[in-house]
Amino acid sequence: MHELPQQLANGLILGAMYGLIAIGYTMVYGIVQLINFAHGEIFMVGGFGALTVHLALPDGTALLLALPLMILGGIAAAVAIAVAAERFAYRPLRGAPRLAPLITAIGLSIALQQAVWKWYPDAKKARVFPQFKGESLKILGATVQRGEVFLLIAAPLCMLALGLFVARTRTGRGMQATAQDPDTAKLMGINTDRIIVIAFAIGATFAAVAAVAAVAAVAAVAHGLKYGQVDFRMGFITGLKAFTAAVLGGIGNIYGAMLGGVVLGVAEALATGYIEEIPGMSQFGGGSWKDVWAFVLLILVLLLRPQGLLGERVADRA
Amino acid sequence: MTALLEVRGLRVAYGKIEAVKGISFTVNAGEIVTLIGTNGAGKTTTLRTLSGLLHPLAGSIRFDGKPLTRVPAHRIVALGLAHSPEGRHIFPRLTIAENLQLGAFLRKDTTAVAQDVERAYQLFPILGERARQPAGTLSGGEQQMLAMARALMSRPKLLMLDEPSMGLSPIMMQKIMTTIAELKADGTTILLVEQNAQAALTLADHGHVMETGRIVLSGTGPELLGDTSVRKAYLGED
Repeated sequence: MHELPQQLANGLILGAMYGLIAIGYTMVYGIVQLINFAHGEIFMVGGFGALTVHLALPDGTALLLALPLMILGGIAAAVAIAVAAERFAYRPLRGAPRLAPLITAIGLSIALQQAVWKWYPDAKKARVFPQFKGESLKILGATVQRGEVFLLIAAPLCMLALGLFVARTRTGRGMQATAQDPDTAKLMGINTDRIIVIAFAIGATFAAVAAVAAVAAVAAVAHGLKYGQVDFRMGFITGLKAFTAAVLGGIGNIYGAMLGGVVLGVAEALATGYIEEIPGMSQFGGGSWKDVWAFVLLILVLLLRPQGLLGERVADRA
Repeated sequence: MTALLEVRGLRVAYGKIEAVKGISFTVNAGEIVTLIGTNGAGKTTTLRTLSGLLHPLAGSIRFDGKPLTRVPAHRIVALGLAHSPEGRHIFPRLTIAENLQLGAFLRKDTTAVAQDVERAYQLFPILGERARQPAGTLSGGEQQMLAMARALMSRPKLLMLDEPSMGLSPIMMQKIMTTIAELKADGTTILLVEQNAQAALTLADHGHVMETGRIVLSGTGPELLGDTSVRKAYLGED
């Protein structure tokens, strides 16, 4: 269990999930300088959207058909909630002191958890998700589940698509302009309100993909997520970790979000596997301490490189 | 001659502080009109209101026959009003070429846009030489050129320039002022805000002197250049 290839594989899988969610934090922060603490709950709502589709499908639907439909259902739910949050909770506070939207985000996070708990039928019970069937794969000495392979493919693909979108399309260029200087972006004819909605929607889309993947695959290695189950609390710790990944990579930088996710995931896996083997540290190892090590890493980065791994110094921002 | 821009009784406030206290002026097609005055006179506030970034308390703005007061900022450039803001505000992490493309954000005629980019490089060769560099690496004067070229990319009917000479060396300033004269000769209408009253009035057909939110004196460029109170207050004569 403590072999290095297995730990690295677990770390990569976890990191790919953190990275996908971290993109939502980093895009919204990059454009409106808001830390959307409700983003973890957007991820959770994505999971419930996928569950709803799963329950609506007849029993025995092939996973190859069910999975895309579930992802679409998750995306629809997550995007709807994220866009509504932007329109009705955050937009009226634009121009207000920074603390106001931050507190709103925390309130929204609690409200979304409680709303799902109260109104989603049987949300209090564990709801079982379909699983990828088949043998697990052996890759370079590590055992990888089929669901995990899905995540390891989906995360870089999403990343690549987003990178191309931002760099190559007209809307993407409008997004960069809005992030760098929103007033001047308006002078160019860019509808910055629309750009902000698109940023929220992209973040929610990636969070929903991560949610399906998380429940179907990552739960085996992630704390706070139960294998094959959606839960109204699943966004909280996972969201906090993804936020950590975004800061680690340099908040505002989309490639930084993915890098931060992978670094965090691998660090967590290695800490879980190896800290206890350091003489005198045996009581700090194992799964129960891994959140601590993740946040220790965050504190170290904030002390030594506050702009994050790929971030630019704040003074460089116009 | 019909006015391209007509401002009547414009009042603008930041919270309770009124920065523009009821000003009226017009800009005719083909003219250079300048607003001069010290810091805090309300010149920049006026331009930011014209381009929709600020909302007026009262008054009317008509541009090309249409009211502007309720149009959101991102729709104004499409009507033919381009704004090169104070402090240049180029997009520092985008390349010079990308900055110019953003100036043409709403245009669909890609071949004509490409021609206009070439024209901008002819006007300011340094921009062509550095087309692929991040705009943040340009010097202050070069950034000013980029800001002007970017505003021209929308093919505006009226170009608003806010403090184009700010922080520039005398040589660079001369270059910018020559370019403004060339733009006028090409038929561009310009509303120029400047602290450098001498340079602005030399170029301008009409000028308005602003003090604490009001227009206190108006006249043609030569008239204001010859006015003793203007010479005392803004041209440093005793």
